[in-house]
Amino acid sequence: MNKPLRRLATFGLVPVVMLSALSFSSVAIAEEKKAEPTGKELSFDRKKGNCLACHMIEGGKMAGTIAPPLIAMAARYPDKEKLRAQIFDAQVTNPDSMMPPFGKHQILSEKELDKVVEFISSL
Amino acid sequence: MKKLSLILGACLALSAAFAVQASTPAEDQKVFQDFFKKKFPDVTEAEFPNGAYAIDPIGRVSWEAIEEFPPYEPVIDEGEKMWNTPFANGKGFKDCFADGPGVAAQYPNWNKEKSMVMTLPLAINNCLEANGEKALKYKKGKINEILAYMVYESRGQKTNVVIPDDPKALEAYQQGKDFWLAKRGQLNMSCAGCHSLNASNKIRSEVLSPAFGHTTGFPVYRSKWGGMGTLHRRFTGCNKQVRAKPFKAQGEEYRNLEFFLTYMSNGLELNGPSARK
Repeated sequence: MNKPLRRLATFGLVPVVMLSALSFSSVAIAEEKKAEPTGKELSFDRKKGNCLACHMIEGGKMAGTIAPPLIAMAARYPDKEKLRAQIFDAQVTNPDSMMPPFGKHQILSEKELDKVVEFISSL
Repeated sequence: MKKLSLILGACLALSAAFAVQASTPAEDQKVFQDFFKKKFPDVTEAEFPNGAYAIDPIGRVSWEAIEEFPPYEPVIDEGEKMWNTPFANGKGFKDCFADGPGVAAQYPNWNKEKSMVMTLPLAINNCLEANGEKALKYKKGKINEILAYMVYESRGQKTNVVIPDDPKALEAYQQGKDFWLAKRGQLNMSCAGCHSLNASNKIRSEVLSPAFGHTTGFPVYRSKWGGMGTLHRRFTGCNKQVRAKPFKAQGEEYRNLEFFLTYMSNGLELNGPSARK
């Protein structure tokens, strides 16, 4: 929130008409960004879940082949808490796992993790 | 230690032979090389130095096209000029490297006097500094020119790193091996996880290259970089990709890693400089 406001303030101080148009567009971008990413978006985001780096997911392009495809997840993990724990730190159940510990290393926040769990569980 | 052994076991798929930390370098090397030869029975020793292109027929097509007019060729020429241009004191590289430019197979080596791993880039800078010249940066830029020339002149020689039976050298080797196996960074990944266990698998659309042959082709022209880079530049990139703080190029960590990793490829032909996407 702070950053766009500061940017707006900076632009406001510059006495050029053209820039005022720019400042409006930056407000528009800021508002767009405010829309919370969905679980699917977080899962596909290269900087967040990046599940596709290793897992095939329906609707995702060029998935990696390192880990099993994410299908029938509700059947594989009837207990969502177990799925969450797996994403939080896969090495607890398998010390050799190379899956990043998304919760333990705070790659995803708790809230983001919840959304990802919901999305993965729906696959 | 226990964790390391576990990773080791998984990565090299021979935990029984490898679970004990006290394995000798020669034993490690055999396990390592056998693992890749078994995993890729169709890939010959002549092909492993080509990295991912030895196992990825699609990537190989564009790589072969690039190699028709190698982007590193002018870099070799610049390096040759550097080799032949005298320093301000009238001496030149040939006074430091008495056997001539084609000496890449002699590196990295254990320098008993200094009790450290000596690499070719380090030897180049030692030469420059001993002659009152400025040292070169270790990742990008001119170091790649002189390296490209020397490595080109060494093409066809076989990787032949010697780990002497000296406690300090063995310690450096062990540190390199531990580095290779350790999970690091926010993404908690090890070198071995991707480039041993998962070699040939795809990480998104990229084919993971096998570690056997990783060291033969540097310096490398990388399309992603739009230029040349050293082995330690590549190590830096790998560490960043797993969101770990990279170590200093030519610092002890990367030199020891180079010592271990190059030793693992003993017997493979040097084919640098090379091109990678």
